[in-house]
Amino acid sequence: MKTINNIIELVGWEAIKLLIGLIGVLVVVVVNALVLTWAERKVSGHMQRRIGPKEVGPCGMLQPIADTIKLIAKELLTPQNVERPLYFLAPVIVFIPVMVSFVVIPFDAYLQVKDINVGILVILAFSSLSVLSILLAGWGSNNKYSLIGSVRSVAQNIAYEIPLLLALLAVVLMTNSLSLRDIVESQKGLWYIVSQPIAFLVFFIAGVAETNRTPFDLPEAESELVAGFHTEYSGMRFALFFLAEYTNIFIICAITTTFFLGGYHGPILPGFVWFFGKTYLLVFVILWFRWTFPRVRFDQLLNFSWKLLIPVSLLNLIVTGGILKL
Amino acid sequence: MALTNPVAIVKGAVSLIIGLGVTIKAFFSPVVTVQYPRVELKISPRFRGHTKLVADKDNPDKTSCIVCGMCEKNCPSGAIVKVVGEKKEGEKKKTLTSYILDFTTCSQCGICVEICPVDALAFSAEYNRAVFTREGCHFDLVKEFEKRKIH
Repeated sequence: MKTINNIIELVGWEAIKLLIGLIGVLVVVVVNALVLTWAERKVSGHMQRRIGPKEVGPCGMLQPIADTIKLIAKELLTPQNVERPLYFLAPVIVFIPVMVSFVVIPFDAYLQVKDINVGILVILAFSSLSVLSILLAGWGSNNKYSLIGSVRSVAQNIAYEIPLLLALLAVVLMTNSLSLRDIVESQKGLWYIVSQPIAFLVFFIAGVAETNRTPFDLPEAESELVAGFHTEYSGMRFALFFLAEYTNIFIICAITTTFFLGGYHGPILPGFVWFFGKTYLLVFVILWFRWTFPRVRFDQLLNFSWKLLIPVSLLNLIVTGGILKL
Repeated sequence: MALTNPVAIVKGAVSLIIGLGVTIKAFFSPVVTVQYPRVELKISPRFRGHTKLVADKDNPDKTSCIVCGMCEKNCPSGAIVKVVGEKKEGEKKKTLTSYILDFTTCSQCGICVEICPVDALAFSAEYNRAVFTREGCHFDLVKEFEKRKIH
């Protein structure tokens, strides 16, 4: 009897911990999306020497909230002849894998929902699921632009998942662990950006491509495909795609911080400040890319991955392995 | 193929970094947007708005117009609809009482300003007037002159 009670108590505590973590993750996801929509418009404004939003709240900071209210209040239009189950499922599916990735990210030395010993595998497995929802959205929309956008997205994600993984593998070789916390802890002295600069570059480029951001934004390509895979989505369904995109940006930047920029390590300030500071610096770099680089052509996109990024990251892996063996 | 040539790759990477430099410089440069209804740009002194009546040098309360009607006669578009004056008791010259400019047909050619023998006309710097009816474009320059005098 006592042992059963103990087990219930134990499970209960774990469940409560997970629940609190999940709520925290939800808050981070939503706040991050709000901040990023504002930052995106503000940064793009200043890069074009405009002001950006400024009317709602101080410096336009309440603009995302006004936008959210607008999106929630909008009617959910369903076009005729869509593949109904797929069409409804896609915006939900796009959001769930994104949430799972947050569980294993160490925000601070003790601020992590759960430290899994295959943490990086979890993130990579679930983030590659988001391409499935893009495919569902494109297929279910019964619209040629959506379909072209999603097919492009699939080809792109397959091509860029490989260098992404190979770049991380070099770091894993040096750490001998797949747990994100172990990887951060092993960077106490030297960040991996110093010892693995090529892996960092390859990972960041592939990460930008994974999140479908410019210059690799072919799946959404406004100028050619209307809005790509989310052409037929409006209101809250569109907002979910939007939320997922911004959360994906955050996750890619967070993983880059964890793997190459020493995660929560840093002098004086508390760890999570360092973590979020580094992450948002990388987010700024991605926004900066958007207003600097034009969109690449599709053959250039695939060639860049298969002919440059993959050979380079493989070479990097071999050299890393060789040096470690010596 | 450019991707197999290391020199081309390095050159390309450098060009990307130069591009990033251009945008970050723009990011930290001052904003050029003017918040129009709240802030207005300074208008060039040679800007041609609609015509306005100029105050007399010796007597700033009055215009120097002598109601000769030259502007009305010389207007190529017939935009100057009415120039009326009256001779008041004890004054030598006529005094202007009404000067209607139909701004819908005025092309700001400036012949009225040039031809005026007493330089009573000039271009205003006003460029953002909005009206709701066609008649709203019939400006009474005398009334506007009086209004300016009060302010």
